[in-house]
Amino acid sequence: MLNLEEKQEESQLTIVLDGRIDTSTAPLLQAAVDPLPPAVNHVVLDFAKVDYISSAGLRVLLNLEQNLEETDGKLELSHVSDLIRDVFDITGFLDILTLI
Amino acid sequence: MKELTLEAVAENIPAVTDFVNTELETLGCSFAVQAQIDIAIDELFGNIANYAYKPGTGPATVQVEIEDDPVSVIITFLDNGKAFNPLEREDPDITLPARKRKPGGLGIFMVRKTMDNVDYEYREGKNILRIRKKI
Repeated sequence: MLNLEEKQEESQLTIVLDGRIDTSTAPLLQAAVDPLPPAVNHVVLDFAKVDYISSAGLRVLLNLEQNLEETDGKLELSHVSDLIRDVFDITGFLDILTLI
Repeated sequence: MKELTLEAVAENIPAVTDFVNTELETLGCSFAVQAQIDIAIDELFGNIANYAYKPGTGPATVQVEIEDDPVSVIITFLDNGKAFNPLEREDPDITLPARKRKPGGLGIFMVRKTMDNVDYEYREGKNILRIRKKI
């Protein structure tokens, strides 16, 4: 299960995620950010209530980071737990994602 | 040993996770270890669902065994699909900048990093992938 709560303020899109980002739910996140609304160049993903993320979710994050880098946009992840941080560490995603 | 056989489709991943977690709960498994095991199930059962019987579907069996000293869980995934050893896959380069990264291979890479042992064999027409994790 994954719930998404989206809020757009001018060029910033904030998505509060609640649940697991895995094979069955990653397409929901993908659909929310690809394509982004035309005015958006700053995406904040709130990870406070994310239990875990598998490679299906990492692929969505990589794709989003690449798309925003190409358009001089910005992706930030907030409230990342130690458990999720470990996954980012193991996969080298700590080096390419911005945690706030 | 407990065993569950069901159709290898992504929609059945939660059923496999519940089946394994029920066993883990009897062992007092920490949330962190359970999350690593749940991720491994998502990756490995997801691989079978996505590739083993492509373009059709078929059955997959998941077996759970508990060992003592040290307390460990052993989870075995079996399918009758195309022979495929995911452990032969080259590790992704996790030092590249974002724009040069490729999305493939991260799943099995994570499983290898988080489990204590991962092995594969092809026997009697079956892919057999086994993971072991200390609880």
